[in-house]
Amino acid sequence: MPARYGMVIDLDRCTGCGNCTVACAVENNIPPGPPGVTDRTGITWMRVYEADNGEGFPETQSAFVPVMCMQCEEHTPCVSVCPQNAVEVDPETGIVGQIPERCLGCRYCMAACPYHARYFNWWDPKWPEGMEKTLNPDVSPRMRGVAEKCNFCHGRLHTAREKAAAAGNAAIDPADYVPACVESCPTQAIVFGDLNDPASEVAKLSRDERAFRFLSRLGTEPKVSYLSSRAWVRSLADRVLARDQKEEARG
Amino acid sequence: MNRFRVLFPLAGLLVGLTAGWVLFPALLYRTEEQPLQFSHAVHTDTGGMACADCHSFDADGRFVGIPTTAQCASCHADVMGETENEKRFVEEYVKTNREVPWKVYARQPDNAYFPHAAHVTRGGIACERCHGPHGTMNTLRPYQVNRITGYSRDIWGSSIGRVGMEPWEGMKMDDCVRCHRETERARACLDCHK
Repeated sequence: MPARYGMVIDLDRCTGCGNCTVACAVENNIPPGPPGVTDRTGITWMRVYEADNGEGFPETQSAFVPVMCMQCEEHTPCVSVCPQNAVEVDPETGIVGQIPERCLGCRYCMAACPYHARYFNWWDPKWPEGMEKTLNPDVSPRMRGVAEKCNFCHGRLHTAREKAAAAGNAAIDPADYVPACVESCPTQAIVFGDLNDPASEVAKLSRDERAFRFLSRLGTEPKVSYLSSRAWVRSLADRVLARDQKEEARG
Repeated sequence: MNRFRVLFPLAGLLVGLTAGWVLFPALLYRTEEQPLQFSHAVHTDTGGMACADCHSFDADGRFVGIPTTAQCASCHADVMGETENEKRFVEEYVKTNREVPWKVYARQPDNAYFPHAAHVTRGGIACERCHGPHGTMNTLRPYQVNRITGYSRDIWGSSIGRVGMEPWEGMKMDDCVRCHRETERARACLDCHK
């Protein structure tokens, strides 16, 4: 049976330290932003947003929400808008893959993505002298003018498959394929694995009663779930509804 | 006048075709010599070695490619034969502990991912299927590099029109895809790209 790789992020454990974003950038050869880079023009496959419950002191509470590509399973918005066929859902893994060489830079996918999880290369990648030695050989750097996003550290899947093939196995050892953000999280808030394997921890956690997914009403079946026992945190998932209702009321 | 009307376009066509099929390939590729000459035949034939004796895998199943100077030095710590190239290798590389800057005929672009383990160890494909009779050759042929892309000529294959090529020639994506279609393997782009 093909795999369906997914993630569960425990928001009650996340401290917002940002380790995942750094590990992600290092793993995936994301260059440091040039002078003048902003939140909108920089590249952060993994990004930690801060949210609060809107109450004043002492009732105020905050939560940190790591957001990356949710690897939408159905009606994947970036796939359907791409005029270049530069995005596809791998039937074997469920990973939404971006092919920079095909991308023409129109950025429809960025507009279509409900999670703002896609980024554009406004500059050619440049590393400060000497730092190019730290580049990961398993990930090819992207050029200026193309969109990119999280692909669950696909280079690590390659490595795991290669190791399995050398041992004569068809299937990888799940322990060999762990994305960088999962590995780096000091509170172990992120769990990764095959959602199609009912025995896997990620499959169990995604069915937990604390589990929720962002914008699940869109029907895109994202493969990244979140956990929280706090009701206000879970309500973040549908916060956009409030805006829609406002727009409806305005007419 | 009439003859001129027929001959002139024909002559133009001939000039165009000559330029495209003969001059362009000659201009497109720059020929470079390898830093040293090396005989695979001596090692595989006289030495009785297999490809994997030198071109091996590491513990994680990654293909190591061309052996390091240290690997070669396990036999060639001192000059064993009588050839000038071996003498140069020992003196210039082994004794100074430097790696030979070999030019790799089969080097793919950075975004291509090719696992030897999946093809050779698991798939049982012979080295010759893609690398041809490289292991039985007495000399290293000149390395040709595309002046525009910087890639080895082996990627495209020797023929610009891709006609009359040997079955092992050509390492373009088309060549990979042909076999993958036949065997219905690897359907996603990221299976072979990184």
